[in-house]
Amino acid sequence: MTTETDIRDEISPEFAPGEVPESTPAPGVRHLLSLDELGADGIVEILRLTDRFAEVTRRRIPKVPALRGRTVCTLFFENSTRTKLSFESAAKRLSADTMSFSPGGSSVAKGESIRDTVETLEAMGVDAFVVRHGSSGVPWQLRSWVAPTVSVINAGDGWHSHPTQGLLDAYTLWRTLGTGTDDHPDLSGVHIGLIGDIRHSRVARSDVAAFTSLGARVTLIAPPTLLPPSLVGWPVEVSHDLDAVLPELDVVALLRIQRERMVEALIPSLLEYTNRYGLTASRATRMRPDAVVMHPGPVNRGIEIDSDVLDTHPGAVITRQVANGVAVRMAVLFKLLGSEAADPAQFGTGEGR
Amino acid sequence: MAERERRKTRPFGAVFVPRTRILERDGIDRALTRIAHEVVEANEGLDDVAVIGLQTGGVPLARVLTDKLRTIEGVEVPTGVLDVAMYRDDIGLRPVLPEAITDVPFDLTGTNVILVDDVLFTGRTIRAALDALTDFGRPRTVQLAVMVDRGHRELPIRPDYVGKNIPTRRDEVVDVSLEAVELGEMRR
Repeated sequence: MTTETDIRDEISPEFAPGEVPESTPAPGVRHLLSLDELGADGIVEILRLTDRFAEVTRRRIPKVPALRGRTVCTLFFENSTRTKLSFESAAKRLSADTMSFSPGGSSVAKGESIRDTVETLEAMGVDAFVVRHGSSGVPWQLRSWVAPTVSVINAGDGWHSHPTQGLLDAYTLWRTLGTGTDDHPDLSGVHIGLIGDIRHSRVARSDVAAFTSLGARVTLIAPPTLLPPSLVGWPVEVSHDLDAVLPELDVVALLRIQRERMVEALIPSLLEYTNRYGLTASRATRMRPDAVVMHPGPVNRGIEIDSDVLDTHPGAVITRQVANGVAVRMAVLFKLLGSEAADPAQFGTGEGR
Repeated sequence: MAERERRKTRPFGAVFVPRTRILERDGIDRALTRIAHEVVEANEGLDDVAVIGLQTGGVPLARVLTDKLRTIEGVEVPTGVLDVAMYRDDIGLRPVLPEAITDVPFDLTGTNVILVDDVLFTGRTIRAALDALTDFGRPRTVQLAVMVDRGHRELPIRPDYVGKNIPTRRDEVVDVSLEAVELGEMRR
């Protein structure tokens, strides 16, 4: 019996997010577990599809019947506000039915295993599981348990991967900066600083994969204790000095200080962290005036970012990230459940014009 | 698999092999001129008329129709483009094209919508389009203009304006552009 901490320790150094393979995912792709599995072409395809769903979300009636009769089940073993509600909102805007599972009020509290839980839910007729778990690798376990017709979407596993966050951050930057073209997402020439707790951050790993696959230059900025033990294979630069790099950055991407994952004293104090790595009011004046400021949320006001900077900096796109999150997740659900998944036999012949 | 791909990805998976050229560029242009006049006549002018082209084949035809309406009546009618992929009853049989956007930048309530498509076949695209239109308002009327009506309807849907009626076999394929209307078939 391995404990949660053991699994993390075994796997975490391996999570190099770079080197997204060039290959196209096979048609009929059913799962979204990591951006490495999705591939560079898959990332581009989802970002382009997202544009269409962003249009749907802007309509007076922001709902289409694309996934009528499908059931999406969110399975969150960790707390979440935006990711869980964002997936549920995305599913509802596609007319799918949603079910929601949280361990607190469930039979997991009586000792039911994840596998039995999933098989129980699957028997109720679930087409897709959206799973978040504190241990890395759980979505892959889930994929091996469910029937081949059921999709699994990773909504965050341990320190490892949070693919839809990487996709929505890349989409937000593509659409905010206006790089590339409408048909061609691209972040070439954009210098992005990822600042903060890289070590414990699945968002950082997925962001690095998404940004670099679109050609961006990424610099990780963190104290050595908050960097992963090894950065071999990460296509990034590293700095420990935010003030030196800040004036060059087109994008200041802040990460949350994850107090719940800090098991040892990795920083002397939160105040010290803020002094050296926080986007304070005085530091904000040394940013490029057009710099984009991102944060995946939830924000620790006054720690990673000054409250006023968060609320007033014109380049702060934190709420836009949340809005785009719904459109990105609609694109993901539609890609996995709608565009390729139906059985053609049930529609008879004919082209259906 | 081949059969599924052929149906699913037309015209991408298989090659369209034309057999007969039914209309040339000038024939298509004359048909659109006639349809434009019919639209003006049926609606007694162009008050509250809006033109919506269906992705992807209806879009260029809708653009030309709008040009002709402007020439005839000297007014600019509101135009939009509609993609019905998310409203289809056969989702999964067709690839969803990221570039086929929907853009209806005005409220359809109270308008007389001229829905424009290239080919009317089973009627399922139009069924989906009628569903989609209701998400953008409540049009007073919806009228259907198609370049080709090839028969084989599976739903109670009929066109109001037709460029050309072409009797076809079910397995044939009609290809419409602004340059030509051709009858042929798909080959691997």
